[in-house]
Amino acid sequence: MGQIELQKVTKRFGETEVIPPLDLKIGEGEFVVFVGPSGCGKSTLLRLIAGLEDISSGKILIDGQDATNLGPAKRGLAMVFQSYALYPHMSVRKNIAFPLKMAGMDQAAIDAKVEGAAKVLNLASYLDRRPGQLSGGQRQRVAIGRAIVREPAAFLFDEPLSNLDAALRVNMRLEITELHQNLKTTMVYVTHDQVEAMTMADKIVVLQAGRIEQVGTPLELYRAPRNTFVAGFIGSPKMNLLTGAPAQAKGATTIGIRPEHLDVSKESGDWQGKVLVAEHLGSDTFLHVATDYGQMTVRVSGEMSVGHGDSIWMTPDQTHLHRFGADGLRIA
Amino acid sequence: MARSITTKRKTINTAFAWAVGLLIFFPILWTILTSFKTEADAIAFPPKFLFFDWTLENYAVVQERSDYMRFLWNSIIIAGGSTLLGIIIAIPAAWSMAFVPSRRTKDILMWMLSTKMLPAVGVLYPMYLIFIKLGWLDTRIGLVIVLMLINLPIIIWMLYTYFKEIPGEILEAARMDGASLKSEILYVLTPMAVPGIASTILLNVILAWNEAFWTLNLTAANAAPLTAFIASYSSPEGLFYAKLSAASTMAIAPILIMGWFSQKQLVRGLTFGAVK
Repeated sequence: MGQIELQKVTKRFGETEVIPPLDLKIGEGEFVVFVGPSGCGKSTLLRLIAGLEDISSGKILIDGQDATNLGPAKRGLAMVFQSYALYPHMSVRKNIAFPLKMAGMDQAAIDAKVEGAAKVLNLASYLDRRPGQLSGGQRQRVAIGRAIVREPAAFLFDEPLSNLDAALRVNMRLEITELHQNLKTTMVYVTHDQVEAMTMADKIVVLQAGRIEQVGTPLELYRAPRNTFVAGFIGSPKMNLLTGAPAQAKGATTIGIRPEHLDVSKESGDWQGKVLVAEHLGSDTFLHVATDYGQMTVRVSGEMSVGHGDSIWMTPDQTHLHRFGADGLRIA
Repeated sequence: MARSITTKRKTINTAFAWAVGLLIFFPILWTILTSFKTEADAIAFPPKFLFFDWTLENYAVVQERSDYMRFLWNSIIIAGGSTLLGIIIAIPAAWSMAFVPSRRTKDILMWMLSTKMLPAVGVLYPMYLIFIKLGWLDTRIGLVIVLMLINLPIIIWMLYTYFKEIPGEILEAARMDGASLKSEILYVLTPMAVPGIASTILLNVILAWNEAFWTLNLTAANAAPLTAFIASYSSPEGLFYAKLSAASTMAIAPILIMGWFSQKQLVRGLTFGAVK
């Protein structure tokens, strides 16, 4: 249960093609994250899988069965929306019970399932409240509860954490990851936040303009980005991408080096620069440095006492240097 | 300084609003006052405002001469029936226009509304003939259907506006949860739109209650509602202002009372979406 396969799926809105022919396999029990800048088509792709939008051509298989022409209700998938999309006129209990009621389950079984889900999600004491009386995190949990009671083939999450504040987001991220470990159900998760993608995913699908740029585990994308787009998108702070003389010296059009793979010295090194801003976090120091090749970011472990206007030298760690050709693709 | 200007402004605005309110309400007030006058006082010049001999005589006469309850009952059936029928037809129509709009949805809405710009008398003749053919003249069912058709554009337009305010994601969630179209409308959309539906019902009951053109032209005795009851006191009786006023007061009283108690709901409904 829970395999999803897209075959040459396309989506057009009128004349504009949002998703050019796209193939993707999501394995059983996988936690797959679609990530990309806004407008890259990741939410559209999720809605195509959900059946909330019709595909323009191609095929969608769920557990080997052709689901292309099935309505959203018939696909056996559950979705958690960005706005939570709870039914405001129903109590938490009725919200969670709604899909079971629609499935025609008898009341005793519904009650048992709702109680069970409420226990798992710490909602037991809120069951008789309305969504309007809950905090953002609690609403999100109700939305998840409504999804899990159905025991779907897969969960679809559409930017579920973007309406929460930063602290709560970290908590919910953990809760969803834990939920996945317990349920072992396929999850497809859409986000524009690459940190969420890196921390939660088994497999990340990086999208740009409806096209898949790369598919891989978080560390594969971190270690070997296929092109400059993925290189710049995955990792925080962003990878430094340099063109010109330093790149030519390595036989590439562009070279990439992550902020954490630069050695910094006040005396000597490969590239010289002037510190624009130094961010002292205690655990790390981030330096934003002006160089002849553009602005670069450096991450130094622990505290380094430099400030605005100081001159420093940077040396890239050769084993972590990424080389890209004129077409933007990685040179092996 | 700034504060004193604001206060002054506020006072002027309040006074102005009261003046406009009284001006609009004055004919109704005058009708009610006249209904308590004798016929002589009713036509007295200069008009007597509050200082006249208050009498209930007109009400007694009106009650004696015509069967108020029968007219009232017809009004209730015609206003209530046409609104109910209209709502049943309008909910699915407004749903499809709000949630699965096509390129022509706006045009259809405009076209429907434009039928309200047609002078009713322009279609009186064909309607009359149709009514004769169908045997609907002077029947409640005929009036229920005509008033429903007349108010349908407004009902659909209002519901469409309310439905537009409901986030589409909630309906999509219902679809993901396995709701059929029927369940989606019945369990999710309608309960969420209750305030909007309620004010639509209220407004349309009022419109149907006050409708006089069709109710006067298509009824005689059996199906005549309160509008016909008022009309029966104007022409044939000559200038009996006090009795006419008593009849009018009795005819508008139910709807006035209903409007008074539901004004909060009505105002909320009519300004829905204007302030978010």
